[in-house]
Amino acid sequence: MPVSASLTGLLWRRPALRVAALISLPAVWFVLFYLAALAAMFISSFHTVDELSGEIQPGWTLDNFRQLLGDWTYGRIALRTIGIAAAVTLTDGLLAWPFAYVMARYAGPRLRPALMALVMLPLWSSYLARVYAWRLILAHDGALNWLLHGLGLPAASIGYSNWAMWIVFTYLWLPFMILPLFASLERIPPSLLEASSDLGAAGWRTFRRVIVPLAMPGLVAGSIFTFSLTLGDYITPLLVGGPGSDFIGNVVYANVGVSNNIPFAAAFAVLPLLVMAGYLLIARKLGAFDAL
Amino acid sequence: MKVSMSCLTRAARMAAAMIVTLALPFGQAASAAEPLSAIGKGEGALNIVAWEGYAQDDWVKPFEAKTGCKVNRKYAGSSDEMVALMRSGGGGQYDLVSASGDATLRLIYGHNVQPINIALIPAWTNFIPALQGPSFNTVKGVHYGVSYEWGPNTLLYNTQKVTPAPTSWSVIYDEANKGKITVPDNPIQIADAALYLSKTTPSLGITDPYELTQPQMDAVVVLLKKQRPLIRKYWALASDEIDLFRNGDATLGAAWPYQTNTLQAAKVPVADTLPTEGVTGWADTWMVSAKSPHPNCAYEWINYVTTPYVQAQQAIYFGETPANTLACAEMDKQQAGSCKQYHADAGASYFDQIHFWKTPLKACGNGQDNCLDYGAWQRAWQEIKG
Repeated sequence: MPVSASLTGLLWRRPALRVAALISLPAVWFVLFYLAALAAMFISSFHTVDELSGEIQPGWTLDNFRQLLGDWTYGRIALRTIGIAAAVTLTDGLLAWPFAYVMARYAGPRLRPALMALVMLPLWSSYLARVYAWRLILAHDGALNWLLHGLGLPAASIGYSNWAMWIVFTYLWLPFMILPLFASLERIPPSLLEASSDLGAAGWRTFRRVIVPLAMPGLVAGSIFTFSLTLGDYITPLLVGGPGSDFIGNVVYANVGVSNNIPFAAAFAVLPLLVMAGYLLIARKLGAFDAL
Repeated sequence: MKVSMSCLTRAARMAAAMIVTLALPFGQAASAAEPLSAIGKGEGALNIVAWEGYAQDDWVKPFEAKTGCKVNRKYAGSSDEMVALMRSGGGGQYDLVSASGDATLRLIYGHNVQPINIALIPAWTNFIPALQGPSFNTVKGVHYGVSYEWGPNTLLYNTQKVTPAPTSWSVIYDEANKGKITVPDNPIQIADAALYLSKTTPSLGITDPYELTQPQMDAVVVLLKKQRPLIRKYWALASDEIDLFRNGDATLGAAWPYQTNTLQAAKVPVADTLPTEGVTGWADTWMVSAKSPHPNCAYEWINYVTTPYVQAQQAIYFGETPANTLACAEMDKQQAGSCKQYHADAGASYFDQIHFWKTPLKACGNGQDNCLDYGAWQRAWQEIKG
C-alpha cells in the first residue's frame, strides 16, 4: 500500500488526529509569533534603560508605569487617542448606515456591484498615498481652500489639526464599516419585514424594532475595525496632525525609534491592549461574534 | 527522578533564557575595536545614517564609481533618531553616521562607535584647529570621529508675508503669528528657547543654553507651552518644513540653511537670518560603528568627503561651513562668492559665536551637579508637545 493511501486511511479512522494535523501549524504560528511577542513586550515593560549608554537594564521595576500614571501628559494623550477613535467610529457608523442600507435593500443586480466597487476603490491605492493626498487637500493653499475661495467663503484652517485627523481617519476606515454592515443587512429575510408590517408596525417602527436589532452584530463588528485601526495608528497623526496631536502610537514610536527607550514604549503599549480587551468584551455582549 | 528534575530545570532555564532574549532585542553594545591600521580593499557596500542633504548623488555617485562601495542611505531627522539607529539590531546594521555634537558623546559612552586612526585621514591636518580634536568627538586624546561641516540654526521666513524682515527670535513666540510658525520636533529645541530667555530675562541666570537647572527649565517650559498654540506643526524631517512653507501653511520657522536653499531653488519667496539673540548650531562628525561590517569602505568615504572638492560641494548644497580650510578656494570656483557667504574664511571668531549642540548632562560646566540631563529634556519636550 502506498504511504499516501495509508496516511489517508489513518486520518479517516482517527478524526482527532485529523483536527490536530490541521490546527498544529496555525497554532505554532499563533503561540510563537503572537503570544511570545506579547509576553516579551509585557516583560520588557518592567525593564529600564541607562540614559547615557542606552543599554537596557533587565529587572523588575514599576518605574515606567509610575512615570506614565504620574504625568498627566500621557493621560491626555491616551484620552485623545480613545476619544478620536470613538468619534471616528461614530461618524463612520452614521455614514455607513444609509449607504449599506441602499446597497442591501434597494440596489438592483447592476447597481450593487457598482456600489461595492466604489466602496473598495480606495483600498486599491496605498494608505500613505491617500493620507498625503489629504494633506494636500487640507493645506492652506490646498484644494479645499481653493474651492471655498471660489464659492466666496472664508478660508478654512483645518490642515494639521485634530479635525484633519478626524476627517482622514473617517475616510480611511469607512469601507471597513460598510462591508460588515451590508453583510448583516443583506441577511435579514424580507419575510420578517413583511410580517412586521402585516402586524401593523409602521415603517419607522419596523426599522427600529426589527432592522436595527438584526443589523446590530454587523454594526458592532464594523466598529471593532474602525475603533482598533484608529487606536493603533501613528502615521496619520504624524502626517496630518498638528501640535498636540500625538497618539499613543506616536509616543511608542518616538520611544522606540527616537529615544531608544523600549521598556517605556512597552509599558505604554499595554494600555491599548487593555482598552481593546474591554471593547471586545462589550462587543461580544452586543452579539458581534454570534455570526462567526 | 533526579535526572528528570534536572531535565525540567534545564528546560525551564532554556525557556527563561529564550524569553529574556526575546525581551532584549537590543543587546549589549560591543566594546570598541582597535582602530584600523591601514585601509584595505573595499567591502563593496556602505550603510550610512545621515542628515537629509548629506549623501547627495552629486558626491555619492562619483564615490561609488571610484571605490566600488555601494552606498545605502538612511536619513534621520534628529540626533536622537541617529543614536537609536546606530544602536538598533545590536549595532551592526550601519557603518557610518554623521552625528552632531549632541549625539557624539552618547555614541562614545555607549560604545557604539570605534576609535579612528587619524593617520589614515590625510585631509585632517588642513582642518581648522578647533575641529581637529573637539571635546565632542575626542575623549582623552582618542579620536572617535572626523569632523565634517558646521553651521547655525536660522530663522526662516516668507519674505512676502512677513514684513518687515524679522531680526529677533521673538516673532516665533508672538501671538500675532498664531498658526504660522513651525519649529523642529526635537528636545534640543529647548536650547533655542533657553538662549532666547538668557537675553530677554537675564534674571534667570542662564549662561549656557545646554546647562539648565530645574527652575530655569521650568521657565523655558512655560515659554514653550505658550508657544504651542501658535505652532502649525512641529516638523520631524526637513522636507516637512519645506512642504509647510511651499503650501503656505507656515511663514515663520526655526530651520537650517538647507531648507532656505531648497525653497529658494523652488522659487518660494523665503529668506533666513541670524537673530540678534544669537543662534544654536551644529558641528557634525563622521563616526564609524563599533561593529561596522564595512570599515574599509567607511574610511574611504571619510577620506572622499573631506577632500576640498566634496567639502565645497557639501557646504554649498546645505549652506554650511566646511572643516577643511582648503575648501574655500574650491567653493569660489564652484559658486563665486560662496566661501565668504558661508563663512569658510571667517575663522575662529565666527565659530565661537554659535552655541553648538551638545548633550545636556547632570554636571554643569561650573562644577555644580544640579543641571538636568538629556532624559529630563526629553520628558520636558513630551510635556510641551502635550
